[in-house]
Amino acid sequence: MEFIARTIKQSPRMCHVLVSNIEIIPGKRIAKHLGLVQGNTVRTKHVGRDLMAGLKNIFGGELKGYTELLNDAREEAIQRMTQQAEAMGANAVINVRFSTSSVAAGAAELFAYGTAVILE
Amino acid sequence: MIDLIVFLTLLALGYIFGRIAETRHFKSIQQREAELADVLAFSERLPPPSDEPRRIALVGGNVVISVDYFKVIAAGLRSIFGGRVRAFESLTERARREALLRMKQEARNLGAQMVVNVKLETASISKGNKGQVGAVEVYAYGTALIASPP
Repeated sequence: MEFIARTIKQSPRMCHVLVSNIEIIPGKRIAKHLGLVQGNTVRTKHVGRDLMAGLKNIFGGELKGYTELLNDAREEAIQRMTQQAEAMGANAVINVRFSTSSVAAGAAELFAYGTAVILE
Repeated sequence: MIDLIVFLTLLALGYIFGRIAETRHFKSIQQREAELADVLAFSERLPPPSDEPRRIALVGGNVVISVDYFKVIAAGLRSIFGGRVRAFESLTERARREALLRMKQEARNLGAQMVVNVKLETASISKGNKGQVGAVEVYAYGTALIASPP
């Protein structure tokens, strides 16, 4: 539980670019659409974690190291996306989607994309 | 002979510890689901119309759950005859419910009452390659609606 609390606290989502995965922002009107923004990151596990994960494969259970790794990676993808939106002068990103793909053995790409908009 | 002993030991360890971990996890999931029952999650695309001012925030929760040795062998045997692989069904169910709970917990921490447009994304780590870690990742995300003055 303390791990979950920590990852939630680290979350940089409360910055001033609003992020949402629905196509409206309740109570606000969209003044201008600025187009697609995206953020991605490719991460790989490290040997120590993988060793522990290998052990866990015998006993089962949650792989906390991996959970943390992927969570951090997603946060970074969101951050890069919002940075790009900010650079375009947007104050919100709507319709955000996430996607994961494995680039090579042991490396995963986490990708976030959405539409940058200016709210009135 | 030694190989057989190692194999049986791993199988027994996987079965015992895997069972214990799974039972404990399900118990904790049920308990937390009851605690977080008042945070509503919808797969509806848009929030219900309302005149109250609301803030929004993107919330999400993820979890990576590993298979145990017994499940791998059980699934391997299953793939000879085909059919339902119960060992993996419970694995993905645990992962989905846990991811949803973490998303709801984040929403609760922000003071939200509901999460709309919930999406679930599942990724397999290593895609069952031999000699690699077998695990499944589930990420649940949605838009939390927080009632608050603007």
